[in-house]
Amino acid sequence: MAAEARASRSTSADSRESAVSEPMLGAQIVLKALEEQGVDVVFGYPGGAVLPIYDELFKQNSIRHILVRHEQGAVHAAEGYARSTGKVGCVLVTSGPGATNAVTGLTDALMDSIPIVCLTGQVPTHLIGNDAFQEADTVGITRPCTKHNYLVKDVNQLARTIHEAFYVARAGRPGPVVVDLPKDVAMGTGKYEHAPHGIQHKHKTYRPRLLPDSSAVEAAVTLMANAKRPLFYTGGGVINSGPRAVAALRELVKLTGFPITSTLMGLGSFPSDDQQWLGMVGMHGLYEANLAMHDCDVMINIGARFDDRVTGNLNFFSPDSKKIHVDIDPSSMNKNVIVDLPVVGDAGNALHEMIAIWKKRGYRADQTALKSWWRSIAQWRARDCLRFDQRGAIIKPQYAIQRLYELTKDRETYITTEVGQHQMWAAQFYRFNEPNHWMTSGGLGTMGYGLPAAIGAQIAHPDALVVDIAGEASILMNIQELSTAVQHRAPVKVFIINNQYMGMVRQWQELLHGGRYSESYTDALPDFVKLAEAFGCAGLRVSDPAKVDDTIKEMMAIKKPVIVDVVVDQKENCFPMIPSGKAHNEMLLGPVDSGDKAIEGEGLALV
Amino acid sequence: MARSPKKAEAAPVTNLYEGSVPTARLKDKVTYRHVLSALVDNEAGVLARVIGLFSGRGYNIESLTVSEVDRDRQLSRINLVTSGTRQVVEQIKAQLNRLVPIHIVRDLTDDGPSVARELALVKVVGTGEKRVEALRIGDIFRANVVDSTTKSFVFEVVGNTEKVDAFIDLMKPLGLVEVSRTGVAAIARGAAAIEE
Repeated sequence: MAAEARASRSTSADSRESAVSEPMLGAQIVLKALEEQGVDVVFGYPGGAVLPIYDELFKQNSIRHILVRHEQGAVHAAEGYARSTGKVGCVLVTSGPGATNAVTGLTDALMDSIPIVCLTGQVPTHLIGNDAFQEADTVGITRPCTKHNYLVKDVNQLARTIHEAFYVARAGRPGPVVVDLPKDVAMGTGKYEHAPHGIQHKHKTYRPRLLPDSSAVEAAVTLMANAKRPLFYTGGGVINSGPRAVAALRELVKLTGFPITSTLMGLGSFPSDDQQWLGMVGMHGLYEANLAMHDCDVMINIGARFDDRVTGNLNFFSPDSKKIHVDIDPSSMNKNVIVDLPVVGDAGNALHEMIAIWKKRGYRADQTALKSWWRSIAQWRARDCLRFDQRGAIIKPQYAIQRLYELTKDRETYITTEVGQHQMWAAQFYRFNEPNHWMTSGGLGTMGYGLPAAIGAQIAHPDALVVDIAGEASILMNIQELSTAVQHRAPVKVFIINNQYMGMVRQWQELLHGGRYSESYTDALPDFVKLAEAFGCAGLRVSDPAKVDDTIKEMMAIKKPVIVDVVVDQKENCFPMIPSGKAHNEMLLGPVDSGDKAIEGEGLALV
Repeated sequence: MARSPKKAEAAPVTNLYEGSVPTARLKDKVTYRHVLSALVDNEAGVLARVIGLFSGRGYNIESLTVSEVDRDRQLSRINLVTSGTRQVVEQIKAQLNRLVPIHIVRDLTDDGPSVARELALVKVVGTGEKRVEALRIGDIFRANVVDSTTKSFVFEVVGNTEKVDAFIDLMKPLGLVEVSRTGVAAIARGAAAIEE
């Protein structure tokens, strides 16, 4: 994979002469291994158990440390860094509470397949199990929320373990890896071992399949060539695979003339201003994308996992289609949806092979059928499912995000979000044309993700514009990271869609619970402008629709972190929507066709 | 009730990727019992990973045995009996394969004939006719008496799960007070080894 080649910094021939060098301190081994793995930034927070490593950090200049204000923020920042660069994000936290605070971030990275290596301090090996101060069973706690984890008990295994952690984090389906480092290991003396040579060095057991089975790919291409109503359904796997996969996807979509939709995680892998782009699929996806999913006869899933937010009711999910599923993780196959043609391998490799076969055989899609398919799609598009009315004196949330897009689209802009209505509006109204520019917590749905992720992306791209589209409830979950942004001169912009409600909770209470808004209204919100100023950021507020543009321009002109408090319509709901328990073709297009019975029966119990 | 899969289903029709199963079989809603064997690195936490996977994803474990089988290579073998629909069992195998310290996972129920054995120690307390009858049944099952007092026996019985179940059932009215079972150890028939 391309990402591996990029991440592994080449070491000069001299230093490789002997595989094992002179004895050094465990903490020095840690730093040296990180450097060899190409780490230039570590997000972390010091504490007793990691003091030896922080002491070594102090003595060197090649790795920059970003001091966060909470360990959850460190992991999310590393996720933002990883997702915007394609590299492995690196985290360093202390034992006990440092490690437990990181758990939400690790789980988030696991669900969204983000490569992270998280080094956690641990009490000295002889104290493990004694309920020592700041002791937690970190490998036990993080076992289900990491791709893999290690407890290093021997300083001579330290370098090898860290190299392996980076390999596991980035190989195959990426994910978070924890390396737990007892303090006596960091302070002990041992030998440094270089990273194994070569990009595809053979791990003892973990060797994910990258090259797809040729006969499976051929069968897939034959299915595609005979399709009448084909549809590409792509996900985060294409972006994780790297730029080569993204380029191949674009070529294949052009070559075939098929429509394409994508999951929340896959936005940006195909240009949203292209005519073949149908928009996002799923619960708050576009009408045309969901109807196409329902009615297609050949579905080509590249790197998506048939998540419940995408499929809706599985019993009615795309009933008439043959399903091709390309995924690097065999456990994604037939997990939620039984597919007709599983293709295990790297998305980039599979897409390249599909292009080659399509060209070699001189395939051409059935033009008559395809035309009639595009006509159906045009009819669905004509419903204009994202329509909203910006009238009167109140700002519609959709309008604010639409204006943000229009005013920032000509700059290099990275967007992160928190979780809720604003997140879905961002996915609908901010249009992405490039991969790695959109970072949102898709699988876990972590409120508080956006601000630290924005800081991570900004650290990786200091000259770019990085905007966290936030809600006023989510932003308060990791608001302390504003202090990190100020300290490290990361001029992130926090664009708060403020409706004073946990909007998505309120929307569901409206649809499911008779409008009894139990605890979803936030009384006593802070004054976000003053809050920003207290942190040393700039604060702006806008409540007049006519001033939205000027406020966004002012935000962009300020060279330090900014909070923009956009006071929006409190009652606006996020549409279109597939109510839980319903099928793709039972979308609600707006409040007009929703009623008391929008969700009923089994749907009530779904999340 | 879990059933054993029919023999006719044994040979996969296609080989789209290693271990892939035809769509029609995945849609089978009947629950089957499967014996899985995995070779794993003998390192701290590997059993916890396997058990955590099962509990975390709601899979069912009927029995589980683990022991080191290759000291030089630091390998242990985990034998696992589980039951589920075809789709679930395929999912279990794929999820097990995803664990980093796992070398190989074999479905001994699916991948050709295999033998499975477990051992049980069964304590039976009684005197008179019941005691004699317990000994007689022990003989029939080729169970060894490994401990004896004037009013009790400990039988050691070896066999497949059904045989051990049957023995225990018969001992219940004869004064069975305690059972200790090892769970299933299983291996494929024929000359091929698990890693081939």
